[in-house]
Amino acid sequence: MSRDEIFEKIREVLDDALGVDDDEVTSGASLTADLGAESIDFLDIVFRLEKSFGFKISQGELFPENLTENPEWVADGELTGAGLAMLKERMPHVDFAPIEQNRSVATIADAITVESLVDFVDRKLQAAAAG
Amino acid sequence: MRWLWIDRIIEHEPRTRLVAIKEIPSQGPHLVDGVMRLSLLIEGMAQTAGILVGTLTGFKEKVILAKISRAALETDIVAGDSVRFDAVLDRIEDAGASTSGTLERRRGEGGGWERVGQVDLMFSHVDQNMAGIDFPEENFVFGPTFRQVINDAGLGDLVEA
Repeated sequence: MSRDEIFEKIREVLDDALGVDDDEVTSGASLTADLGAESIDFLDIVFRLEKSFGFKISQGELFPENLTENPEWVADGELTGAGLAMLKERMPHVDFAPIEQNRSVATIADAITVESLVDFVDRKLQAAAAG
Repeated sequence: MRWLWIDRIIEHEPRTRLVAIKEIPSQGPHLVDGVMRLSLLIEGMAQTAGILVGTLTGFKEKVILAKISRAALETDIVAGDSVRFDAVLDRIEDAGASTSGTLERRRGEGGGWERVGQVDLMFSHVDQNMAGIDFPEENFVFGPTFRQVINDAGLGDLVEA
């Protein structure tokens, strides 16, 4: 499946999950900051992606979870260097460069864009094809 | 006391489906010009589907309605009608679950059931919420009122001590 085809299916998923219009779903749109996603929407998106693409997504695989419970990752409301390194390793589909300067935990989710989802799905499909 | 919007559970397929029924009273604040409020039909479906989700964890988790994914009603439901809430589990994870629900109406005792709407919902297991927020130990969701409905349906053995 091409990335354009993946994008179109993700657009449908986001239309249904977030009630947004087609033209709002652009590659660079942040799920939270631009499309208004809240925490329960992330679970909804996971369920819909699984159904749409036919693969299983483990908890914490697509979106970060329970970050604040580990003081090595979050201190004083900000992502630590170790926390950022962990996220980069576990979530290669997300470009965390925009939050390098402002590491407030409240803005971490803003880094997750439509393009992040496309990249995630593309990686999953390629891994499945490689067996 | 909690406002319960199901009278009794009439079917249960473990881990899959739960069906509850409600006779719409002829008077009360649930009616607007004799028509049942959609918000309370959604609540009835949430109670039905919430019990279904609760059965999967022995009612240990606090199952909270987190999102109305879809709510559509094609025909008014009025005083004296019977309503059937037919909830199907779509997906469940540690953090929550999604359900699909069909609303059916029956006019009069001898009439047949007619599909009149759809209510799809998402539930959060709040103790495992993605934000890591703490909630009280006590399970304030499945309290005595719900337990009675669950016991009356013969599902009491699914409740873990």
